[in-house]
Amino acid sequence: MEFISIFSIFVMACFVGYYVVWSVTPALHTPLMAVTNAISSVIIVGALIASAPAITGTSGLGKWLGLIAVVFASINIFGGFAVTARMLAMYKKKER
Amino acid sequence: MHDTVAAVPTWVGFAYLISGVCFILALRGLSSPASSQRGNRLGIIGMAIAVTTTLIFLKSGFVEILAAIGIGAAIGIVTARRIAMTDMPQLVAAFHSLVGMAAVLVAASGFLAPEVLGIAGSDGIIHQASRIEMGLGIAIGAITFSGSVIAFLKLNGNMSGSPIMLPGRHIINLGTLLAIIGLIGLFYTDQSPWIFWTITALAFMIGFLLIIPIGGADMPVVVSMLNSYSGWAAAAMGFTLQNTAMIITGALVGSSGAILSYIMCKAMNRSFISVIAGGFGAAPEAGGAAAKTDRPWKRGSAEDAAFLMGQAEQVIIVPGYGMAVAQAQHALREMGDLLKKEGVKVKYAIHPVAGRMPGHMNVLLAEANVPYDEVFELEDINSDFAQSDVAFVIGANDVTNPAAKTDKTSPIYGMPVLDVEKAKTILFVKRSMGGVGYAGVDNDVFYMDQTMMLLADAKKMVEDICKALAH
Repeated sequence: MEFISIFSIFVMACFVGYYVVWSVTPALHTPLMAVTNAISSVIIVGALIASAPAITGTSGLGKWLGLIAVVFASINIFGGFAVTARMLAMYKKKER
Repeated sequence: MHDTVAAVPTWVGFAYLISGVCFILALRGLSSPASSQRGNRLGIIGMAIAVTTTLIFLKSGFVEILAAIGIGAAIGIVTARRIAMTDMPQLVAAFHSLVGMAAVLVAASGFLAPEVLGIAGSDGIIHQASRIEMGLGIAIGAITFSGSVIAFLKLNGNMSGSPIMLPGRHIINLGTLLAIIGLIGLFYTDQSPWIFWTITALAFMIGFLLIIPIGGADMPVVVSMLNSYSGWAAAAMGFTLQNTAMIITGALVGSSGAILSYIMCKAMNRSFISVIAGGFGAAPEAGGAAAKTDRPWKRGSAEDAAFLMGQAEQVIIVPGYGMAVAQAQHALREMGDLLKKEGVKVKYAIHPVAGRMPGHMNVLLAEANVPYDEVFELEDINSDFAQSDVAFVIGANDVTNPAAKTDKTSPIYGMPVLDVEKAKTILFVKRSMGGVGYAGVDNDVFYMDQTMMLLADAKKMVEDICKALAH
């Protein structure tokens, strides 16, 4: 892909983020942080590529660093979504 | 230009796009508690799509990778189940540090084996554009990591919450930052290992230096800022790998954290720069009203408080960080229930910076089963104080200080505050009269005619009020 098309996606996504996050209710700001934490661990995609060196050649240290990154990102993904779900389940309306 | 990664099949590109859209919808779901749980499920689906797609595309190394994911999943799920809601700020800081470290590791792995990420030619020379992206990725990742570790230690109480000031820190920080930028520029022309590792080391150092001078109550800004950084780190690595899911998500998280930092700064009427420069609340002589602690004030008992609130038509409860420290939220909800039984209208008023992270109080009240439609934000409830018989302040201080509206010499002047002084009676739960709030200023509310100080541990006091109400 050309740099400019990738950069365009980035800039557009910044604007989407801007408008979506302003519409988040302040009461849910803590779950927002927890869930953004979980989704920013999509960096696991990079970690997976780094830890599967069968594509080309093998390089010991690079693969191990990738695997450690997979562990860290997985802690975040599972922990982040689980703790968000736990928090969101607590928000209840008044019983009428 | 990027050979291996650029040659992905079209369906893979589509799959990453779909997972990016899922993440947008996950954040969109948070616009109301009713739609939030569905949003979270969409987020999980988006992540599952991204990971599965990558694994299918890679076709190799499954055993080690699945083992690594399994270890991470076990640690993550157990932590998420066990963590107390009051410890949520620490947990979020810890999670941020992991995102930062993951970015550092991916960038380092990419530098050691560039052919795996497809960012180098067959001669092992890394593409110049990739060098800038990797340099930024590892620098932001390292700052996120070390900054979050310090934030974690401060929030968790392993390290003093008060600012630690090094002499000449502004010059050191600025110099380090410029050195990092200069080295990334140099890395563009020369891919020598020393440049890459020096960038990494300096970035770890500046993350540490930036956060140590920032005090406890400024943590909502710090945590939001680090949230933002973790997003930008993911986006930078997304550029390296030309991965749309990573770029979209990084941009979303980056703007989310930036907006939260802005909201928090505005709620304190402080500029982002002044928060990051740190040192707030360290100077004891700050403020015109600081030395007036010998003024007369009234002390009340739990029975007095129970009587006053039992007679009231409307009570507004103002919780702050002290409520979280004392774990008083459950007792507080019980008190609210007892009052409602007496026919009293109970509302909760939340200041945006109450607690140690955005929305901290809301989560604790939700945990204690307080319905979210009884909990109001500052601008929605401030006009209600004038019609209220009792304002019950528990563990909050600076956010109720009327000096922010009247005293131009006060360090918190201009900060939006809750108008508790407009209520007929103010009940102020506080551990002792000696302590001042984070800003180091005295609060005029303590000495007003209609104020009754309830000096005790917040949880114990609320439990005693409950006992008195139950009689």
